[in-house]
Amino acid sequence: MSAPGFGSRQAFARGLLDEARANPSIYVVTSDARGSASLGEFARALPRQFVEAGIAEQDAVGIGAGLARSGKRVFVVGPACFYSARCVEQVKNDVAYAGLDVKIVGVSGGVSYGALGGTHHSLNDVALYRTVPNLSVIVPSDSAQAELVARHLSRSSGPAYVRMGRFQIPDSYAPGEASFAFGKAGLLRDGTDCAILSCGEALHRALSAAAELSSRGVSCAVLDLPTIKPLDEEAVLRAARLCGAVVTVEEHYARGGLGGAVAELLAERLPTPMRILGFPDSYLPSGSSDELFSHCGLDAEGIAKSVAAFLASLDKAGAP
Amino acid sequence: MTQDELLHLKLLAIELRKKLLTMIVSGGGGHTGGSLSCIDILVSLYFHALRIDPVDPESPGRDRFVMSKGHSAEALFCVLAEAGFFPEAELASYGSFGSRLYGHPTMGVPGVEMPTGALGHGLSIGVGMALAAQRDGVANRCFVLMGDGELAEGSVWEAAMAASHYRLDNLVGIVDNNGLQISGKTGDVMGLSPLAERWSAFGWAVEELDGNDIGGLASALDRLPARTGAPTLILAHTIKGKGVSFMENQASWHHGAPTAQQLGQALRELEAAAAGLRAAV
Ligand SMILES: [Mg+2]
Repeated sequence: MSAPGFGSRQAFARGLLDEARANPSIYVVTSDARGSASLGEFARALPRQFVEAGIAEQDAVGIGAGLARSGKRVFVVGPACFYSARCVEQVKNDVAYAGLDVKIVGVSGGVSYGALGGTHHSLNDVALYRTVPNLSVIVPSDSAQAELVARHLSRSSGPAYVRMGRFQIPDSYAPGEASFAFGKAGLLRDGTDCAILSCGEALHRALSAAAELSSRGVSCAVLDLPTIKPLDEEAVLRAARLCGAVVTVEEHYARGGLGGAVAELLAERLPTPMRILGFPDSYLPSGSSDELFSHCGLDAEGIAKSVAAFLASLDKAGAP
Repeated sequence: MTQDELLHLKLLAIELRKKLLTMIVSGGGGHTGGSLSCIDILVSLYFHALRIDPVDPESPGRDRFVMSKGHSAEALFCVLAEAGFFPEAELASYGSFGSRLYGHPTMGVPGVEMPTGALGHGLSIGVGMALAAQRDGVANRCFVLMGDGELAEGSVWEAAMAASHYRLDNLVGIVDNNGLQISGKTGDVMGLSPLAERWSAFGWAVEELDGNDIGGLASALDRLPARTGAPTLILAHTIKGKGVSFMENQASWHHGAPTAQQLGQALRELEAAAAGLRAAV
């Protein structure tokens, strides 16, 4: 596995540490994941605000809920594969049903762990958590945005699930222009033939695909939807109305994630031809994160190909 | 505690048994046996040990109580109403559409700290609450009531480890050890023994007592923590269905509602027990 570099999880941890220095009620709970979640510095700098639960995700979330019920703003941080499976009942009952100020932060999500295999992939976390009432779902799209998400959550109350990847990835936003507004989409590229809606570490691939398509005369809008719940419905409807064709791209099973949320909205409010690009309903071959994206047609080339074929099927621009 | 105070609490526990049975009948069902087994524990906590203020139920300095065995909500609701957290008349709404008194405790009920009902959650929550108090250097304590069947949940033992790791002597776990669960004897469903030794091995100071004896419970609660630097586990041996002859030690009374005739008999038995206590003075 290649060196992780400075990815979203490091940026998130940096923002969180900075906020926690100023707010002693911010607590971090983790489960032997201070390394993988880049929390070593937090643990050293703010030991009173750091709780190690051991390899026990259910306990970590329960402890987080107890801390929150005693007035703390709690971030429970660890690998997304475990925090979206092992402790879902604790998240549902002790965090969301209780309405407590606990943020579940899953790092190294999606296929970040690559060849570590299916036990370590989290490709249904968005599907699970966006169906839990009272729980926001946020998937930051680059490291700068991840830091902004950490700062936003450090200053706002209530339950949330955040999912980030493991590696340094290309910035989707120009330097200094990253933004995050809770529940709001970001327009990264204007276009009229097709609206590509994406989030997380699929976004930079979607942007590359849009650039590639543009060179072939296909005009794609690209929207960043880091908040999957609540979805920025107006932005999605506007894009669908403008382009008349929608493609979603995400590091998640094609069913139940961002594409599912967008499809639910459009089916009811503005039926629009649509394709959902994501991982198939299966366990994946051994390979790096990049290799798995490519294998599943989710690299820039594969996305461009799918968009072009989709538009061709609609008799729209870009028909090969 | 004086003998007068003890008598008062014993009579109160009988009165609350009558109330919870009446409530279960009017609501059309409830967790009868476990509510009856734990009521003496709740009375000892709410009317003797807990530092709480029903007028200010969210006071930051309050002791916390987490009803991890959330299915005994009927007992908890009767106790909370008696303590003044909400009007007693509201108990009649239990089981009716839109009532905030669900079959398990929820956040909407004054005095309820956490929504419980899925077993094995409460002790972790208690660890979090006790840890918050420890780190803040404040004196409030946290009490978590668990069922014995509940102890088969692995998460209980995750929390048990964390509590002793963090030396949470402001945390008190209480096991309502009535020996039964929905399918039968706990020992047949999933063996738990040796329970005291298991908690000890996890680093807890264990107090074993009769969980239907308010005097013994109260004095154990007066001696907390049982050991400095360790969480306390009160292994409270109880009788499921305690106080009603035909319900005692019957797994079949885990859930259900007595018939009108059964309720009548239960109330008569409880009134006779109260009369006996008064006569003995
Ligand atoms: Mg039991």
